[in-house]
Amino acid sequence: MSVDNNQGELWEVFIQSKNNLPYKHVGSVHATDKEMALQNARDLYTRRGEGRGIWVVPSQYIVASDPQENAEFFDPSEDKIYRHPTFYVMPEGSKNI
Amino acid sequence: MTEEQLEKNFQDRIDAEQKIEPREWMPEKYRKHLIRQISQHAHSEVIGMQPEGNWITRAPSMRAKMVLMAKVQDEAGHGLYLYSACETLGINRDELVEQLHTGKAKYASIFNYPTLNWADMGAVGWLVDGAAIVNQVSLQRTSYGPYARGMVKICKEESFHQRQGYEIIAAMAKGTPQQKEMAQDALNRFWWPSLMMFGPHDSDSPNSGNAIKWKIKRESNDVLRQRFIDKTIQQAELIGLTVPDEDLKWNEERQSYDWGEIDWDEFYEVINGNGLANRQRVAQHKKAHDQGAWVREAAKAYAVKQKNKEVLV
Repeated sequence: MSVDNNQGELWEVFIQSKNNLPYKHVGSVHATDKEMALQNARDLYTRRGEGRGIWVVPSQYIVASDPQENAEFFDPSEDKIYRHPTFYVMPEGSKNI
Repeated sequence: MTEEQLEKNFQDRIDAEQKIEPREWMPEKYRKHLIRQISQHAHSEVIGMQPEGNWITRAPSMRAKMVLMAKVQDEAGHGLYLYSACETLGINRDELVEQLHTGKAKYASIFNYPTLNWADMGAVGWLVDGAAIVNQVSLQRTSYGPYARGMVKICKEESFHQRQGYEIIAAMAKGTPQQKEMAQDALNRFWWPSLMMFGPHDSDSPNSGNAIKWKIKRESNDVLRQRFIDKTIQQAELIGLTVPDEDLKWNEERQSYDWGEIDWDEFYEVINGNGLANRQRVAQHKKAHDQGAWVREAAKAYAVKQKNKEVLV
């Protein structure tokens, strides 16, 4: 079925709920331009003071990793346990390290 | 990987309580089931704006009007969270709306009952939203990530809906004899349709098998329905109203209520389009959608104009 009702493009919405917290993906909205996307995101996702900052990004520009290639894609970090502090042997009795 | 291995991996992840995310492999039937269920859920929220929107202009006070408007706005919001979740499955909004208009997609049959007076605003918030909450709390644990996250958000907002409804009906039950009679009448009309919201008995529920296996549905229709009944009876008794069920009786052994039987003929009549307000609800949605066409066209033309300007600068 191909229907076009001009309902606008899909935009992904990211909200910062408090100062010093990272922006978090919350869902999407439809809009024809960036102002409308911001306003729709505000009306939809922050009706009860849930946000102090909003990012909207056209969904088509999101580049995502392929979950089916997770094994290979994330493989480089799998065997490097020396990147974690627990890898190192500290002398017996050492403190504050 | 073969289809069979993929399916096994998928089921293993479901069994391990992992959430499935949009771009991950899923059986085609899982995707279809989700699209059907989430879109039906979204349409219910959106169509659910009508029975209450009907009373905004006639709310008995400024406070009541503000509350009702906020509630109806929330229903629109809930519809949009759900459309957003549904669209991650590869169907677009135009198709979803089209399916509602052609009748291919259904919505909760409760919204095909008319709201006749102000007491109904109380009954809808208290019973209809109350039943919806029981269902949605359970769905917070559904296996599809975007749907589960949408449910968490919706549940947070929904308890205001039920409380404002109970406040209305409690106030009327405490009012003049005529107001109390209206409250009782609203309960009489909305009780059974609210129980129908949970769907057919488990033994007659055609879509339940896979839905439980795939953890789309976490608890059965009958379990959820019983939970709603057990929660609600005390609330009715407290405000001096009587649930219209002669067979209703506390069962000491089960620590739960026994109750009568739903009129399933009525249930299927309404589902099949012959409820009191079926035609009106869809016609109203279509009318609003069509009448808004010029606004969408103008917005699109404006966007094109803005883009051209950027090129010139």
